[in-house]
Amino acid sequence: MKKIEAFIRHEAFEPIRAELLDKGFPSLSIIEAKGSGRQKGIVERYRGSTLTVNVRPKIKLEVVVEDKDKSVVVETILKHARTGEVGDGKIFVLPVEEAIRIRTGEGGEPVLQLHEESEIPT
Amino acid sequence: MKKRLLIAGPVAAVASLVLPGVAFAAEATPILETPEASINAMWVIVAGVLVMFMQAGFLLLEVGFSRAKNAGAGVAKVLVNFSIASLCYWACGFALAFGGLGEIAGTHGFFLNVGSSIEEAGKSIPFVETYSISPAAFMFFQFVFCAVSLAIVWGATLERIKFSAYIIYAVIFSAVLYPVLSHWIFGGGWLQANVGMQDFAGSTVVHLIGATGAFAALLLLGPRIGKYTKDGKPRAIPGHSMPLVGLGVLILWLGWFGFNPGSTLGAIGGRFAEVVVVTNLAAAAGVVAAVAVMYLLSKTIDIGMAGNGAIAGLVAITAPSGYVEYWAAPIIGAIAGVIVVFGVIAIEKVIDDPVGATSAHGLAGIWGTLSCGIFTSPRLAEFNEVGDPGLWYSGSLHQLGAQALGVGVAFGCVFVVSYGIFFLIKKTIGLRVTAEEEDAGLDISEHGMYGYPEQFIPQPEYSTGLQLGGAPPAVGAAAAPAVSPMTTTEP
Repeated sequence: MKKIEAFIRHEAFEPIRAELLDKGFPSLSIIEAKGSGRQKGIVERYRGSTLTVNVRPKIKLEVVVEDKDKSVVVETILKHARTGEVGDGKIFVLPVEEAIRIRTGEGGEPVLQLHEESEIPT
Repeated sequence: MKKRLLIAGPVAAVASLVLPGVAFAAEATPILETPEASINAMWVIVAGVLVMFMQAGFLLLEVGFSRAKNAGAGVAKVLVNFSIASLCYWACGFALAFGGLGEIAGTHGFFLNVGSSIEEAGKSIPFVETYSISPAAFMFFQFVFCAVSLAIVWGATLERIKFSAYIIYAVIFSAVLYPVLSHWIFGGGWLQANVGMQDFAGSTVVHLIGATGAFAALLLLGPRIGKYTKDGKPRAIPGHSMPLVGLGVLILWLGWFGFNPGSTLGAIGGRFAEVVVVTNLAAAAGVVAAVAVMYLLSKTIDIGMAGNGAIAGLVAITAPSGYVEYWAAPIIGAIAGVIVVFGVIAIEKVIDDPVGATSAHGLAGIWGTLSCGIFTSPRLAEFNEVGDPGLWYSGSLHQLGAQALGVGVAFGCVFVVSYGIFFLIKKTIGLRVTAEEEDAGLDISEHGMYGYPEQFIPQPEYSTGLQLGGAPPAVGAAAAPAVSPMTTTEP
């Protein structure tokens, strides 16, 4: 299992989410992150004084998938998050030891699979 | 405020001729029951209520310019200060300000013990007869001015002052300091009667006095932690809500239509409507000038400075609003808008004034008071019976000199007394919260709660009662309970 962590622009999230859902990866988390990189901070002007904000807001997207699905997810992120400008973000891929579904307590790779239609409450 | 000669007798006589319904009973009808007195009381109370609402304006302006961790502190501050001032001004302040025409202070009317009729009250409060107004309406209107002046002091001290300092200074300010100064300039004291200083609604009395108290407090209080870099350059510490600042400014602007026009102390003759227009023109010019100057300096339309421009224009027109013609109002307001921008930038280099009160109320207050010495028209100087026409009409510096003397005296006296009070507070109970308390925010450290709890307490300790079906499954169990959480909450 692999965990894919991507730091992306806010506006890139929605197309990535939609395409991952289409491709069968509905489970993901996002976290509002602030960070610094090669992209410079923002200078705020306030009643004649200035204030440099050295970190910029980004979205941290987290998805855990089976090893074989890693490249599909990475390519989807690259496709939508890349503008070519400084500040597009980065993707990190980490190994994951275990996955457990809290509702049932079951473990292993089945946890990462789509639910059967019958399991989804209407 | 104008100093009319005591003309209640002639007014009653004229009224008895003009108003036939009153004519027969003229001898017997108390002045308080005449239509004139009722109309005047109505307008002055409406104006006083508008001025009272300015407390909401100060509250929102200050809360908006604070960081979120200090948002709740302003609420307690405004309510407690207004209430202390209400009691102190009734008990002591009003008598010192208006209880007689002595040069230094009044001597009658403590606890408003002046009788309820104009005839009775007029014996100790000359203005009641002059303006033919109920003593209660007159006292309420004067009190809300005192409360505004007190509120101005605290805007500059946001985010680090101890609450106990508010209480001590508020008692002295509203019982003695403000009343004595307002007696000198509003109540027939020496600056008004002997020097002929013109201050229609209080650029000096209300605004400069408040800003001077703030200045004294700031010198002893010091800047907020983090305001200055190691090499002494000011940093911006942005307030948490510009919409609240905007609402505050607009409420103050609205309140000013009570502040200046109400200072006619009557509605007969419609003079107050002219003052409304004059006031609005100056405020508008203040915004336009402040925004334009700030744009030239920084290439941004500064939101906070647009608000400061409005306040500066309003403060500046407060003294001349009853003395100048329409054409002078935008000039006075625009110059105030320029002054406030450079004032905020210059003052911020040395003292930390989060709302810009020392500029918007202090510098603009001084300019507004001096502007009477330039723009006061002969017609209105005569109408108000205070001072002479300004430089523009008379070519004489005499009135400007009187204005400058008044500004100097007011600033000097209030500064010395306020600095003394704050110095004693600092040496005894302390003026400022500890660095830890300042870092945590006044809401939690002084008031024990947050102004915006959900921003600081992500999850309360109590459970919201999450109930899922079935016992917790053993780890590794394959089967899922076929019950959805939705159905388990139903009986």
